[in-house]
Amino acid sequence: MDFSFPPEVEAFRTEVREFLAANLTDEMIAATHDGTIHAPELHAAMAARGWIAGPVPEELGGAGRSALESLVLNEEMQLAAAPVDAMAVSIVVASILLEHGSPHLKDSVVPRLLDGSALGCFGYSEPESGSDVAAAQTKAVRDGDEWVINGAKMWTTLAHISDYVILLTRTDPDVAKHKGLTFFLVPLDTPGIEIQPVPTMAVERSNATFYDDVRLGDEWRVGDVNGGWAVMKTALKYERGIAGGQFPSPTVIDAALDWAQTAERADGSRPIDDPTVREKLMRSLIDVEVCRGFAYHTASLAEEGVMFGVEGSMTKLFASESYKRHCREFQDMMGVDGLITHHNDDAHLGGRIEENLRHSPVTTIYGGTSEISRNLVAEGHLGLPRTR
Amino acid sequence: MRTRLTDDETAVKEVFDGFFANESPIAIVRAAEPQGHDSELWSKLAATGAPGMALPESVGGGGASLRDLAVVVESWGAHLAPVPLVEHAVATRFLHTCGSDIDSLVAGEQIATLALRDSVAGAARLVPAGAVADVVVARAGNDVVRLNEPGPGTGPRNTGDLPIADRELSSAETVGSADEWTRALDEWRALMSVAYCGLGRQALALGVDYVKDRIQFDVPVGTFQAIQHGLADAATKLEGAHLLAHRAVWALDTDQPDASRLAGMALLFGAETARFCTDRSLQYHGGYGFSEEYDIQLYHRRASAWLLQLGEPSLEYARLADDEIGPIGSSGEAA
Repeated sequence: MDFSFPPEVEAFRTEVREFLAANLTDEMIAATHDGTIHAPELHAAMAARGWIAGPVPEELGGAGRSALESLVLNEEMQLAAAPVDAMAVSIVVASILLEHGSPHLKDSVVPRLLDGSALGCFGYSEPESGSDVAAAQTKAVRDGDEWVINGAKMWTTLAHISDYVILLTRTDPDVAKHKGLTFFLVPLDTPGIEIQPVPTMAVERSNATFYDDVRLGDEWRVGDVNGGWAVMKTALKYERGIAGGQFPSPTVIDAALDWAQTAERADGSRPIDDPTVREKLMRSLIDVEVCRGFAYHTASLAEEGVMFGVEGSMTKLFASESYKRHCREFQDMMGVDGLITHHNDDAHLGGRIEENLRHSPVTTIYGGTSEISRNLVAEGHLGLPRTR
Repeated sequence: MRTRLTDDETAVKEVFDGFFANESPIAIVRAAEPQGHDSELWSKLAATGAPGMALPESVGGGGASLRDLAVVVESWGAHLAPVPLVEHAVATRFLHTCGSDIDSLVAGEQIATLALRDSVAGAARLVPAGAVADVVVARAGNDVVRLNEPGPGTGPRNTGDLPIADRELSSAETVGSADEWTRALDEWRALMSVAYCGLGRQALALGVDYVKDRIQFDVPVGTFQAIQHGLADAATKLEGAHLLAHRAVWALDTDQPDASRLAGMALLFGAETARFCTDRSLQYHGGYGFSEEYDIQLYHRRASAWLLQLGEPSLEYARLADDEIGPIGSSGEAA
């Protein structure tokens, strides 16, 4: 086995670090406190370098960067706490369209997603269907050359700043649930769409989106009619592969270390000299190295042209569950000071640990809950029987 | 970057998976208890060249990398083979680095081991493979000493049925310095993290096989999500431990700056993971898991035991912390 990077990838890592040092500001990170995890200027600067189009093959209008380079970009951005959500989702949407989209979508939408001039978001979950995503009830009905869409989507995060939503709809209610689904790419300025904010316990806002007689031409269809499940599989593959999430903990650990080294307890001691605190810090750093192993593994498989499946679920499961644990332990470590939010000027490092504590529960839910991940590992990796 | 075994490594794995499956089936493991050593198996293993495979060809070794040795060690761990492969390989590599005589060790005619904890007052307590080793390498103050003396053959009964024993070092001679010793301990840590992955993988496989067959409430218990999810957590940690363990071995092999750090981390995570795997697997066996008749208890006890040969795990975390953030009282001025 060999865990080294080729020189050109190491050089790219240096380039990414220099870029982030020059372009990612504390203000950009703090700006996400308004609830939208997106930094338009950073997104534009990355697009200008061709980095949004990084993983997309050159012949399809991308930059044709290798899986290892994409990994490095992802890793460095997460280590720097860059707001990556809108970028990651837009890359996934572009990748889905490149695999399943009509010529119209490939020509008119993908270039805009890749050059940073447009953003996309996900429209899978509904008020009555989350993990059971194939139970979607939002209807699309043919009317001449057009489709008419009615229904509601939940957790359409970033819809309020996005140009498009990739929408899972039901086109045949009379067959097995996963055989009657069709995807559309829907411009969010189409008449009949309403976007309502969904406040969350974290800083970020999500959205509920409503579709009332939304009319679309067939050129907006993605994949075959009633072939939506195949598109869904592609979507999940890219979401687990490209969208990152392998390194949520390092910025929290940095903050915890800073706290432990600078805070003073009532008895005059520093937390950093407490063996229990030191062990917690070391355990969290070990978890990060485990996540790094997973991230390198999936990237290495992709580089070899091996499409990974269950490895993505394992990565997501371990990274999100350990991140949630780290946030809990480090807020506890801070005691009452751990309660102070970013609204207070004197919050430690802008209330970073408190903010992550609030954010962390969603990471074991979105993109496939921990329970769904465990099902996939049990079935796909251990060969245990399907239970649902 | 290659996070799967290479073709050559796969070939090594296949040879030694076959060797241990044939020569160290679970009946051999059981028969070697409580002493935890099978001298006939050691002779057979020596005949394959494994004990000296990671020594240079110039001294009669196999010229293989630490990474190749790790592939053998993973299989050794999976089969709980009652022979001191890791102890011998690491101690012999250390002695070779010191320029100490290893003629009788390269081919495994004699067994070498290392005392993982510093000796006190001229004695090393509960040395791994101390009961059967003819050569013991131990740290004594700023020196590393070598003892040439046949082992006592037996030691105290212990959780893992391991051949640990106290060794008196008064006739030992100095062979090296404490600086070089760190590398030997890190090799032991990294290789044992790989062994733990083998142990964990086999323990998990026992559990998965059992829950597919065991019928309760008219269905295989493996159809219950409560059980599936515990096994899925074990499989996930195991994959993570495997990647970290082999990365640590690679880092030592290629002299990466973070090799020592990774070796320490890999051992702690590998041990914790193997213990988790044996715990879940034993639990899902129900009462049988607790019985001597079933094999999972053999794995469970060794998962507990291997790491403790090094001492208290909390001291391993403390050691990592000292390297990472400076010793206690340094107010976090990074080392």
